[in-house]
Amino acid sequence: MSIAESTPAGFAWRRPSALPGFGLTLGFTLFYLSAIVLIPLAALVIRPWSLGVDGFWGVITQPRVLHALELSFFGSAIAAAINTVFGLIVAWMLVRYEFPGKRLIDAFVDLPFALPTAVAGIALSALYAPNGWLGAPLAALGIKVAYTPLGVVMALIFIGLPFVVRTLQPVIADAGREAEEAGATLGATRLQILRRIVIPALAPALITGTALAFARAVGEYGSVIFIAGNLPMKSEIAPLLIIIKLEQFDYAGAASIGVVMLALSFVMLLTLNAVQSWAAARR
Amino acid sequence: MSVPLTYRSPTSDSPLMRLGLTAAGIGFIALFLFLPLVTVFTNALADGFSVALGALKDPDAQSSIALTLIVAAIAVPANAVFGIAAAWSVAKFDFRGKSVLATLIDLPFSVSPVVSGLVYVLIFGMQGWLGPWLRDHDIKIVFALPGIVLATMFVTFPFVARELIPLMADQGRDEEEAAVSLGASGFGTFLRVTLPNIKWGLLYGVLLCNARAMGEFGAVSVVSGHIRGLTNTMPLHVEVLYNDYQYTAAFAVASLLALLALVTLTLKSFLEWRYADEIAATHRH
Repeated sequence: MSIAESTPAGFAWRRPSALPGFGLTLGFTLFYLSAIVLIPLAALVIRPWSLGVDGFWGVITQPRVLHALELSFFGSAIAAAINTVFGLIVAWMLVRYEFPGKRLIDAFVDLPFALPTAVAGIALSALYAPNGWLGAPLAALGIKVAYTPLGVVMALIFIGLPFVVRTLQPVIADAGREAEEAGATLGATRLQILRRIVIPALAPALITGTALAFARAVGEYGSVIFIAGNLPMKSEIAPLLIIIKLEQFDYAGAASIGVVMLALSFVMLLTLNAVQSWAAARR
Repeated sequence: MSVPLTYRSPTSDSPLMRLGLTAAGIGFIALFLFLPLVTVFTNALADGFSVALGALKDPDAQSSIALTLIVAAIAVPANAVFGIAAAWSVAKFDFRGKSVLATLIDLPFSVSPVVSGLVYVLIFGMQGWLGPWLRDHDIKIVFALPGIVLATMFVTFPFVARELIPLMADQGRDEEEAAVSLGASGFGTFLRVTLPNIKWGLLYGVLLCNARAMGEFGAVSVVSGHIRGLTNTMPLHVEVLYNDYQYTAAFAVASLLALLALVTLTLKSFLEWRYADEIAATHRH
């Protein structure tokens, strides 16, 4: 329903309505949005350029900063990939199978949304510490998790899982079984049906869920810093470097890293929109 | 292969696959979600219940609990009022730029918590835009309550709005138009027609908003300055205790936050189950 159709040409930018309160609510919405979100973000985007383009580039290409950005990026990518596989299994199990305690497990999947990140952080750190419940047996196998990049990935898996599961669940539930039945009547085996009918139908939701988990993981701070150990050039994540720069009163440096992370979020948002319009066009 | 005793639909998975996937799924959840949660409570009670209780009675812990409650008491209602106003304007009217506005409202969700705190330091911090002016007038925002509240408002900004916008758009505007044409005032219409329709959705949004407001760490960490007994919220107090090697005390305060998370999950599941039709369609599964 385009507005142009219903109103005469001119400056009409909204469709007339019998309901009151448009000016008041939109005015308040725009004011609050600007005050809390838009103006502060503008302050962030403007700040690094006090260093000039060279200064900005200098901050971003410091080996320590580059390494932190790399760890945040690749650590998030690995965690998101693992969550894609297990998120699909969990979502499939919760929608298609019946088993005792299903409702409880379904509700429990949202734990990473509800549990404060600092709590998750110290819990994971205790769990994977060399004397922890999981850390001790892993140490016996020669695998060090706490205070290594592997620990960072573990924390990012924790916070990313619900994004994949919650994106997939409604799509699996809505996908009719007609196509699967058609495949079966044409003699396809169950495995062929899953590989050639089910997975392609779920692809857009899988990509969306993975991207959401990735986006969340890139910026994650609380659940990571306790288990990461934060060794420079080894297990230091990008958000932590922002805090370190702030503590050194290097506001422009902190803002430079912040802008790079913000740009990364925007790229993710655009990718998500592109995936969604691709999925809509495919239907 | 023997003849199966019970008929299996061609669109259902084989028992072996069922068993394997269920085991993998439940195993993954047990390992990655359940075990960390259990760790919080076992560590908190490692030295007995009275020690854990003692850690919560510590004056610094008490003041961090109070600060967390104050911050949530300001940020959550503010975002709830904003959410209602935003949903009314976006869902009940057609205007240009509506989808852009909806995207901008969701923006804080894609910003790193640390960046969410950073933006306020860049404005109100010592070397920020308004830093010198604020210092001359003896107003403290960063490293004080206002900064913590602002950072919390930023990270919890979209919760109520993104719940109410699809819900109110789904419900249309017929009922409100009927009320207005019968002579009801705008506010009266909202109170008696719209609010009863959205109350469970509103509660759902407020619940999630509150959980995040009380548990936020990264954003608050940047603006708080970690002044014990003064600007430490509960999650920040957990960090301070943990870095001081006071593990039992850290996990005791953390277990309080974990309990809050469990209560939130329970209420959330109850709302999704009992009032499925009255909260946004995206949560019905």
